[in-house]
Amino acid sequence: MAAALRRLGSAAHWRGFSTACQEINKSGIHPQHGGKATNLCSAINQALHIALESDPRSYVFGEDVSFGGVFRCTTGLVDQFGKNRVFNTPLCEQGIVGFGIGLAAMGNQAIAEIQFADYIFPAFDQIVNEAAKFRYRSGNQFNCGGLTIRSPYGAVGHGGHYHSQSPEAFFCHVPGIKVVIPRSPRQAKGLLLSCIRDPNPVVFFEPKWLYRQSIEQVPEGDYMLPLSEAEVIREGNDITLVGWGAQLSVMEQACVDAEKEGISCELVDLKTLLPWDKETVEASVRKTGRLLISHEAPVTGGFGAEISASIVERCFLRLEAPVARVCGLDTPFPLVFEPFYLPTKNKILDAIKATVKY
Amino acid sequence: MHCCDSAFFDNVLSYFLLQEMDFPGGKVAFTSKLEFIPGNSDRRVPCYRVLDQYGRLLNDAHFEQVSEEVAVKIYSNMVALQMMDSILYEAQRQGRISFYVTSMGEEAINIASAAALSDDDVVLPQYREPGVLLWRGFTLQEFANQCFGNKFDYGKGRQMPIHYGSNKLNYFTISSPIATQLPQAVGVAYSLKMDKKEACVVTYVGDGGTSEGDFHASLNFAAVMDAPVVFICRNNGWAISTHITEQFRSDGVAIKGRAYGIPSIRVDGNDALAVYNTVKRAREIAINEHTPILIEALTYRVGSHSTSDDSTKYRPIDEIECWKMERNPVNKFRKWVESNGWWSDEAEVDLRAAVRKKLLQVIQNAEKAEKPPLAELFADVYDSLPLNLREQETELRETIKRHPEDYPSDVPV
Repeated sequence: MAAALRRLGSAAHWRGFSTACQEINKSGIHPQHGGKATNLCSAINQALHIALESDPRSYVFGEDVSFGGVFRCTTGLVDQFGKNRVFNTPLCEQGIVGFGIGLAAMGNQAIAEIQFADYIFPAFDQIVNEAAKFRYRSGNQFNCGGLTIRSPYGAVGHGGHYHSQSPEAFFCHVPGIKVVIPRSPRQAKGLLLSCIRDPNPVVFFEPKWLYRQSIEQVPEGDYMLPLSEAEVIREGNDITLVGWGAQLSVMEQACVDAEKEGISCELVDLKTLLPWDKETVEASVRKTGRLLISHEAPVTGGFGAEISASIVERCFLRLEAPVARVCGLDTPFPLVFEPFYLPTKNKILDAIKATVKY
Repeated sequence: MHCCDSAFFDNVLSYFLLQEMDFPGGKVAFTSKLEFIPGNSDRRVPCYRVLDQYGRLLNDAHFEQVSEEVAVKIYSNMVALQMMDSILYEAQRQGRISFYVTSMGEEAINIASAAALSDDDVVLPQYREPGVLLWRGFTLQEFANQCFGNKFDYGKGRQMPIHYGSNKLNYFTISSPIATQLPQAVGVAYSLKMDKKEACVVTYVGDGGTSEGDFHASLNFAAVMDAPVVFICRNNGWAISTHITEQFRSDGVAIKGRAYGIPSIRVDGNDALAVYNTVKRAREIAINEHTPILIEALTYRVGSHSTSDDSTKYRPIDEIECWKMERNPVNKFRKWVESNGWWSDEAEVDLRAAVRKKLLQVIQNAEKAEKPPLAELFADVYDSLPLNLREQETELRETIKRHPEDYPSDVPV
């Protein structure tokens, strides 16, 4: 399985990003400037190294993490931090998350890996009924805020039903947890460190298609990027596009093509889906008057629906066209039909044009 | 590898003799017999006890004597738990609280297991172990505050009655889903082990809970992680209306420990001395040998599952009466305490009168106390209020101003 998936990368086209954020970290590191060319997998690995190094009460665990993980994100950790702090668990997702909750409840940073987001469902009860309500139900006597659940999600070229899903919407319906998805190596490192150190349980979905495809200058040191703050990563005037994770690169290509046809698109990376930054999206839509949301997950009940409803509530009179959603189809994620299922660049481009001309 | 390497010769030898196979995890002996391991042994796992059903000490019992002070405290707490149950149960029947769950019939497991622990041992309860909290010093007032969901309830009125929790007393807040606390207990125990604490985790589950995936996940994780967890299964025969014969085909629960490589024991859960000795020994092994232990305590749920259940609809009244009267763990322990000259009828009357008076008083206090303020509806979802909750709070407060008649008047806005 691991070898097969490592090969997946070669089938993928290049995906990359330009970022334009201005945060400066306490440590003096400019998270958006400088650093070494690093892929997303290595950026995650760096964040885990820093997390383990900067807090002796931090642990990394999950299926096959000791030897480096099936995607190699945990490479080298056991050598540096030992098998008591970086370890394999039995093959049991509800056990991994339940264990992580208990570990976090004792004041540790519990960084759990679920090997694929497609396999997170056995842990759903532990996440929804336990982690999310731990603080609330105890009146803040107990919390598992040190818990971060990392999991690779999304399309990868030939992952089929069970190596491709984007289950973020299920978790966005759960008060008490945060849901974060990075778009690039620099973002992944800074956001993951924020998630690990955030005093709330976080589900962190990693775009596995980008593990090796997305390469960016990443500062080598310790830095964090803020949660619940969306970012305008491309400015424009005619339409706002909102997305997250790997889908942003597809959307960016659509923006570039639309520009050739004279349409100026503004692209917003939501980054944190729960609790999400409505204000940034609202400000953008107030400027452009149009909104398109795109995600790989099936359109029905997807998180795009929530964004659409919220923005219609807030910007109804400013909207010049219906909110467009370009998303996955309402089918299981298919193998041979993946190119048909996905919200591809041209599907987005068509929707941009239709919305602008409405 | 050199030919003179003795391990090499051993391997070659065993290969040619075909007596054992080198397999990850250790050598496995070969056999030429086609034989299946039976699902159950002919002999059921025996049940450890110290007292007979009349509360008399068995001659050959393996046990550590408890002091008069501890014995009287165990007995007094069992009585207090019994009385708290009957009075709060009545309070529910009178409509003063919304729900209640009794521990009737399981007082020995509750109190004697707690007595065997150190205060540093961390407890992850199911919901039929309030006696552990009682033993640790949670006051009757604190119990009542939770059941009434008033502003003194540590859970801020957010959960149904009986969902107690106390950080101070190392007792994790109860949640209703069954068995979810078990894998968490392993994580807590791993933390204790890494911090080199002289303490273990004790977690409780019922017989029904052993069918949940979390039960199996936790036993396996605890074994693999060498985590000091004492799993106590209260096998009380019934999961709501489901009898244990419909719950599993194994010889109960203790036997399951073996499949996970965990030491286990079956104990008479209605024999407080046996429970005390079992748990005391189990925690020593768990801490000193870094291993989980599985205890199956045989008992009986004398009450209905909860106040929303009537168990006479699905089980014989004779069965309930037998366990309630003849096998009553409180009466049995009292006989033993009395036989030592540590208890009297007079002490009994005084204790019951004092507890009863206290209970009536705390219920009155809890009922009179204000409910938690509205802000507590929104607090603690996260460590701080995110934008959506700030907006929803503002909006709700405006709605309340417009329609105050729609909202309970006892919640301060």
